[in-house]
Amino acid sequence: MNFIVIGVNHQTAPIEVREQFAIPEARLPEASKTLASYPGIEEGMVISTCNRVELLLRTVNGNADIQGFMRQFYGFDPAPYTKYLYEHRERDAVRHVFRVASSLDSMVVGEPQILGQVKEAYATARAVGAVNSQLDALLTRAFAVAKRVRNETAIATSAVSVASVAVDLAKKIFGNLQGKSVYLVGAGKMCELSARHLVAHGAKQIYVANRTYERAVVLANKFNGHAFPFEQLYETVPNADIVISSTGAPHTIFSKEHGEQFLHRRKNRPMFFIDIAVPRDINPEMNKLDGIFVYDIDDLQQVVASHIADRKTEADRAEAIVQLEVDKFQSRLQTLDVVPTIVSLQEHLETVRQAEIDRVRGRLGTLTPEQELAVETLTRGIVNKIMHTPITTLKTAARESNEATTVVDLVRKLFGLRDAKKSAAAAEPGMNDGKPGSHS
Amino acid sequence: MPLIWLRVAVVFYGVGLLYSLLLLSKKGNVLGKVVEPAVGLGLIFHFVSLVESAIEIGHLSWASIQDSESLLAFLAMVVFFIFFVAYRTVSPGVVIFPIVFVLTFASALGQKPITLTSPFLRNGWIFVHVVLIFTGYAGLFLSFGASLLYLVEERALKSKRSTGLVNWLPPLQTIDDIGYSSLLFGFPFMTLGLVAGSVLAIDKYGPMFFYDPKILLSFIMWAVYMLLLYTRWSSGWRGRRAAFLATFAFVVALGAWAANYFSRTHRFIAS
Repeated sequence: MNFIVIGVNHQTAPIEVREQFAIPEARLPEASKTLASYPGIEEGMVISTCNRVELLLRTVNGNADIQGFMRQFYGFDPAPYTKYLYEHRERDAVRHVFRVASSLDSMVVGEPQILGQVKEAYATARAVGAVNSQLDALLTRAFAVAKRVRNETAIATSAVSVASVAVDLAKKIFGNLQGKSVYLVGAGKMCELSARHLVAHGAKQIYVANRTYERAVVLANKFNGHAFPFEQLYETVPNADIVISSTGAPHTIFSKEHGEQFLHRRKNRPMFFIDIAVPRDINPEMNKLDGIFVYDIDDLQQVVASHIADRKTEADRAEAIVQLEVDKFQSRLQTLDVVPTIVSLQEHLETVRQAEIDRVRGRLGTLTPEQELAVETLTRGIVNKIMHTPITTLKTAARESNEATTVVDLVRKLFGLRDAKKSAAAAEPGMNDGKPGSHS
Repeated sequence: MPLIWLRVAVVFYGVGLLYSLLLLSKKGNVLGKVVEPAVGLGLIFHFVSLVESAIEIGHLSWASIQDSESLLAFLAMVVFFIFFVAYRTVSPGVVIFPIVFVLTFASALGQKPITLTSPFLRNGWIFVHVVLIFTGYAGLFLSFGASLLYLVEERALKSKRSTGLVNWLPPLQTIDDIGYSSLLFGFPFMTLGLVAGSVLAIDKYGPMFFYDPKILLSFIMWAVYMLLLYTRWSSGWRGRRAAFLATFAFVVALGAWAANYFSRTHRFIAS
């Protein structure tokens, strides 16, 4: 296999170090290409996100001067940073790639962006030809594993932050947020963030009210919304389906009676109040009214926490899937190593057989169908007998990984087989149908 | 033969019943993948059963309790599927499936359909009356189911604990839409059905028909139905209050149904 992963991530290195290693998007194709063409390296690919920079490569014989590559590419000596770097080889490298793609190695486990970033890095490296055979198979498998993890565990379904929990709840109440309106009471940062999330999910109209009217106007303009003076708050709130409140008021500004008025004005259409102020802006009694749902910051954080708790068990399940897939991938790759050789051996002997039959055909004269069949059976029998031992030996060697390359080389030499690359390409479908040995 | 098909349908509806029970017992969405095809097949066999029995006796049969139960269950399933296609959620089935199962099961227990005794039932208007009323019932069932689900989900959202059932339910708004539109859907059928029935009854029994318990209950149910719609239009009643009204309407509907046992005008077999 000869896979190596080397890199820094949010767990091993502080931001200052990660910045040193980060590679801008524009330089990624070049980075992958340089890596793959570095002496001793067959294939290579580079992932660079804000949380990680990783070099993923396959060497010719298990070792390569990666530090040398870094020196050349970055233009500085990576030696002082060695303690921040992690390195995985072979099986561990495979496992690491699967974990990264499945978002198990992420800062927020289960966040969906990382898979997209790995896919992009892969596409970039592939486009410049830096990834072609085994690394290609590894990445393709990693995407499949990520998909499996996403489908078979609930790791990706749990929401991430308070703002996205608020969006989830709003969706649970209103279904589609398309065309819903949001009222921001207070012009704070949290309000803005939550509003941004809601707008991203389809919320249409934004209203803002703030003690300082000018700040309300500024915030409203960011969303093409409408600002109201604080005095008009109670008349205008019923227009909104979702209310996010985060004023610095020392006492509540919405009472249960206000809620009753709002419901009356809205003909009982439901309202969702999100209270992210501490101390609270909304009297919790309001939650008792039919059709009004009040969540304060503690409620929201509780939901977040419960999701994180779920996530722990889900992450364990996901790790188990990854482990299983690593085993599968390894044995698949090993068998694959010998498949091209077996295929070309078979092709070679078949060509010889056909040529010999054609050669003696003239001397044999016209044959009856029975005789024709007998000749076929005889020659085929001989060929199969000869092939039997080499093929079994190859397959056994494949299982005991260390021997594989030696035996493959030997068989190729003995039978004068060429074109390993082409045969490998022909054997590729074997990777996908899950039966790499089916060619024999 | 129709009875055999009906029993096959009962088996498939049984899957729906099991699905509902598992969900309600918090076992989760166990049969989620099979429940739609299962009840769909049930509906097809049910249809075959109805058609065969109609062919056997020359027209649709609804005169015995069993036959009308079967027809009502069938229409309830049809209405359920109309809303299933419109809203892509199987959730009202939690209430509908058990009702349909009980109705079909009771019907499938019965004997071979009895040939009708009263020539009055061959009147095409009776057919129109029955189908209209039953479709109205089906809409009411669905609305009743949706209002119960609304209540459950509203409670869960307010208590701030998300349980399995709530995660499985569609958004509150969707349930609300289903409840309201099924009400709107059923109302014209119910109204026209009652009008058709009244016209027929006046024709046959004279104005005294109104004192029949079934007919009285039917009109009460219609009034509650009307009230449900009115409160919704005028003040947007949802949740608890709407659920109480819908439950009341449902109970009256059951009463109207059970009144067949005491009714003179609707006892076509025994007389």
